Amino acid sequence: MIAALAFYLFAGFVILGGALTILSRNPVHSVLWLILAFFNAAGLFVLLGAEFLAMILVIVYVGAVAVLFLFVVMMLDVDFAQLRAGFAKYLPFGIGLAVVLLAELLLILGGGSFGVSSPAVSHAPVIAGMTNTQALGSLIYTRYVYVFQAAGMVLLTAMIGAIVLTHRQRPGIRKQNIGMQNARTPAESTSKVQPASGEGVTL
Amino acid sequence: MIGLGHYLAVGAILFVLGVLGIFINRKNVIIILMSIELILLSVNINLVAFSSFAHDLVGQVFAMFVLTVAAGEAAIGLAILVVYFRNRGTIAVDDINQMKG
Repeated sequence: MIAALAFYLFAGFVILGGALTILSRNPVHSVLWLILAFFNAAGLFVLLGAEFLAMILVIVYVGAVAVLFLFVVMMLDVDFAQLRAGFAKYLPFGIGLAVVLLAELLLILGGGSFGVSSPAVSHAPVIAGMTNTQALGSLIYTRYVYVFQAAGMVLLTAMIGAIVLTHRQRPGIRKQNIGMQNARTPAESTSKVQPASGEGVTL
Repeated sequence: MIGLGHYLAVGAILFVLGVLGIFINRKNVIIILMSIELILLSVNINLVAFSSFAHDLVGQVFAMFVLTVAAGEAAIGLAILVVYFRNRGTIAVDDINQMKG
């Protein structure tokens, strides 16, 4: 009973957050609705017994990706009202397409049992006596270790790509040049002058 | 009793919302990127639901890799967006036709 209530609460907020993400007038509000959707999806994952993925979702999505979106939205000085110009034009076609797609997907859902025998009564850990995080760790560090390494390479590539794309050399900026500093000798950097009295000096 | 179908329905609705978001916000590439995140989230919900109801952890392992790719994709997409904005002063994606052959 309480699990059903929690499911409908989380599912309702996920869908509400998703809908308002795409319908919001202001992109900053869109990002905030996206964060709400991710939080409630994490709640759904907890209901399903996938605690580790729920925490990863909160940390990675809310903590990193959503904040990245927020940074970019606020950093770019864009006229967002002008970008919404075609909104009403595309809306009827988009709604029609969405209705067709949703009807098809729900028809498929109504059709079969997907080979899952019984509805899981409790979402206990799959391996008895192990928490979800432990079981997941014992799987990704053994059987899927190469795939795990490949995921790390994907992240490394993304990081290098983002840095290479956005890094730029600005002309006319004075930087410290340590080699030049160390190469200076007293002989070339100081000079002895005898200025005439009352004339001032030239630098 | 909440069954597998309920979770799959949430995933399906979220997927359709993501596709609709790409359609109706054609000019605003930031919202398009957020819609892609929504689609990937719906895929993750499906994977985790199947994993939990079939008592097979591989679905959760795969959901983790989907999450990794989604994070990388968001980072690269936003980097391209920032570079594009720096060069053109706008983010209207229907103006990107200079690479047309």
